[in-house]
Amino acid sequence: MGLEGLARRFTEVLGDERVITDPVRLRTYECDGLTYHRAMPGVVVLPDTAEQIAAIVRECVTAGVPYVARGSGTGLSGGALPRTDGVLIVTSRMRRILEIDPANQRAVVEPGVINLELTKAARPHGYYFAPDPSSQQICSIGGNVAENSGGAHCLKYGFTAHHVLACEIVTPDGEITTIGRDTGGYDLLGAFVGSEGTLGITTKITVRLTRLPQTVQTLLAAFDSIEAGGTAVSAIIGAGVVPAAIEMMDALSIEAAEAAVACGYPPGAGAVLIVELDGPAAEVEHQFAEVERLCRRAGAFEIRIATDDAERNLIWKGRKSAFAAVGRISPAYLVQDGVIPRTALPRVLARIDELSRESGVRVANVFHAGDGNLHPLVLFDDSEPGAGQRAEELSGRILDLCIEHGGSITGEHGVGVDKSRHMPRMFTETDLDTMQMVRCAFDPAGLCNPGKVFPTPRLCGEVPGVRKEPHPLVQQGKAELF
Amino acid sequence: MSDVLSALGEVCADVREGLPEEGVLGVLPAMVAAPRTVAEAAEVMRVAAERDLAVVPRGNETRLDWGRPPARCDLLVDTTGLDRVIEHAAGDLVVKVEAGLTVDRLAEVLAAHGQRLALDVPLPGSTVGGTLAAAAGGPSRLLYGSARDLLIGVTMVRADGRIAKAGGKVVKNVAGYDLGKLLTGSFGTLGLIVEAAFRLHPLPEARAYVTAGFGGVREAYQAVQQVLHSHHVPSAIEVDTVIGGPVTVGVLVEGVQQGVGARAAAVAELLGPAADVADAPPDWWGAYPGGSTLVEVTAPPTALPRIVAELAEGGCAGAVLRGSAGVGGWHVGLEAGEPPAVAGPLARLRRVLAPLPGGAVVRYAPEAVREEIDLWGPVPALPLMRRVKDQFDPGHRLSPGRFAGGI
Repeated sequence: MGLEGLARRFTEVLGDERVITDPVRLRTYECDGLTYHRAMPGVVVLPDTAEQIAAIVRECVTAGVPYVARGSGTGLSGGALPRTDGVLIVTSRMRRILEIDPANQRAVVEPGVINLELTKAARPHGYYFAPDPSSQQICSIGGNVAENSGGAHCLKYGFTAHHVLACEIVTPDGEITTIGRDTGGYDLLGAFVGSEGTLGITTKITVRLTRLPQTVQTLLAAFDSIEAGGTAVSAIIGAGVVPAAIEMMDALSIEAAEAAVACGYPPGAGAVLIVELDGPAAEVEHQFAEVERLCRRAGAFEIRIATDDAERNLIWKGRKSAFAAVGRISPAYLVQDGVIPRTALPRVLARIDELSRESGVRVANVFHAGDGNLHPLVLFDDSEPGAGQRAEELSGRILDLCIEHGGSITGEHGVGVDKSRHMPRMFTETDLDTMQMVRCAFDPAGLCNPGKVFPTPRLCGEVPGVRKEPHPLVQQGKAELF
Repeated sequence: MSDVLSALGEVCADVREGLPEEGVLGVLPAMVAAPRTVAEAAEVMRVAAERDLAVVPRGNETRLDWGRPPARCDLLVDTTGLDRVIEHAAGDLVVKVEAGLTVDRLAEVLAAHGQRLALDVPLPGSTVGGTLAAAAGGPSRLLYGSARDLLIGVTMVRADGRIAKAGGKVVKNVAGYDLGKLLTGSFGTLGLIVEAAFRLHPLPEARAYVTAGFGGVREAYQAVQQVLHSHHVPSAIEVDTVIGGPVTVGVLVEGVQQGVGARAAAVAELLGPAADVADAPPDWWGAYPGGSTLVEVTAPPTALPRIVAELAEGGCAGAVLRGSAGVGGWHVGLEAGEPPAVAGPLARLRRVLAPLPGGAVVRYAPEAVREEIDLWGPVPALPLMRRVKDQFDPGHRLSPGRFAGGI
């Protein structure tokens, strides 16, 4: 059965309005947050229930047609890039918060629920959902599960994986099952969260809610240089403080943020550091004074302390707008996402600066300094021939730097289609083969979001293990071994 | 066998025949190999694959009597020779170690730098690999998460002898599947864990343990809820009780000296006038209850009164229940010699916990009990788990039969 036949079957299950085949309407879904990868989906479906998703998946399996799940489409690595020859399953209609259970500090949600909406619903009970990706106003929790999303505050509170207790999933066989932590047996949930939609589609998520802190204290410290800011970060971590967040911006990203949102950061700063502490008042007060002292000792020439939420929002405004803001100082840009051991920050940033000078490509640095997660923004003029390619090259060299320093090619944006080619630089063939054993267990047909994460698919029919007999070709006399 | 032994001896210096006292729940290993490097471990596993040997990993034997006996055991791979600290990047709060290192020894190394792995060890002497394989933990998982949450990178030797790794040595990393979590709690059935990298935490400047006794579980439960929903960010909220008797609630507060005093006092106020604040933990803190049978019970925190009631009605008066009331994970120690004395309350618990959701897994029990009852109870997604096993260990040679569903 071709896509047209499939679309007809979907209409029988879902009704006309939930199946999109009109090319004009399909175009809405041709990319996710990584807009330079585009593909028109063959069919888009908008199911309301897990049973419908299971039925859709079973139809796809029977027809041998690939399918991709999509939440809000905010991902930055092309994880929800559709297939022209496949089906895009959009979970955005499944947006009910099924339960808020403060007594057990948990909530049950459908995958399309917007991250921030859950926090809003939990707040009257004194709770919130801790993972806070910068897209939290629009990103879905199902997408957070797929990508194992982080955010500025994951330094202290961890990633989505730490906050998900169970998922009801539709397996790539079209079965509905539940995987959870501490349920006995293998921790399939641990493998599922962050698998970028390649192991199935989550249809119901039980998450942990976190108690709202008694106190939040935020400061902005301005330094002459990135090095001085880096020294402050090391001193803070070295003092045994675990801040909720430590964010740093360099001169170029400050310039951009200033142009875009007039955040009023101290003029002349070579770097600004945002440090946020939260927790019991007795604890935070003491540590905050320590952080202030350490910043001054590292050479901060100005420190601003937020005295209320409005001032805190002002401090965060520049940082949160940084990605979009570089549009004010550059016609186009690439957002990179790499990780290095935090102590390597000064060396790596100096090297990025050198690479930038050598290639003439400007780089604005914004990063989660506490956990060494860099977001270099590589600027270029897309009207200039070859500029995009030079930017791509520089961006790739930054990833090489991350790997050389024992880091990772992605801290929170995921591998998707964007970085699958970089995976062999971080992992051996055996590493990737072993990861794909999990994929073969879940999705032997390879129809669930194929072409993502791994550079080359593993043939699931292959039995891993030591070959005991001669190679079949040798046996048949068609080949010889030397 | 001498042929196999010599094949193993060619790749590993420390290989010998198994001794009678080395049985795994009564199943005697024909051979024991103790590799001293990861490469040696890989070679041992390769030879085991070639010779179709059933392999059971062994650390310091603290949990070798957990689960079911292996269906067969040709080779014990002793990991205690793999005991190096590979890298402690103190400034990055990360450590990478070999799996045979004991968690206690690791704690000493880290403490010298004012740091710790925030993972409690209920059984002293446990190795890092064994702790991961059994997904063991203790009270402080309330604040810091369990082993799977602290693990940031893992190296395994596969059933075919090839070395594979996942994760890395940075805390924030979403590249590739998280095999570390999959291996955590896999009881040696998916591969041999040989190295692990963890995120670390600073050692707190001060600690205070606030304890209070309550007449019954209802009152204790109310106190737990008060602390759980307070602003004092406890590292642990534990309960300890003899079924049918009074209940002790213990709360751990950690942080800077100035803050801990105030927070402990506030917690003490929530626990009532009888609350006591101390620098040292009560003697039951973080230890498994005694008894010949150990049952691990998991359920949302609000299930505590129901669990205690079911145990009381199921004839378990006198058994000890202990564990994390904040997380919803407890251990019950039963002094039961006859299978029905375990099977009865177990069935009751599983029936009431299933919809919450929750479960009860028997970790160890006397042979007679073990043979009569289902240790694991119903496990959701078991067919998927079998498929994972088939991929990782197609010959079913790694700790065969030790795990849920006969895996």
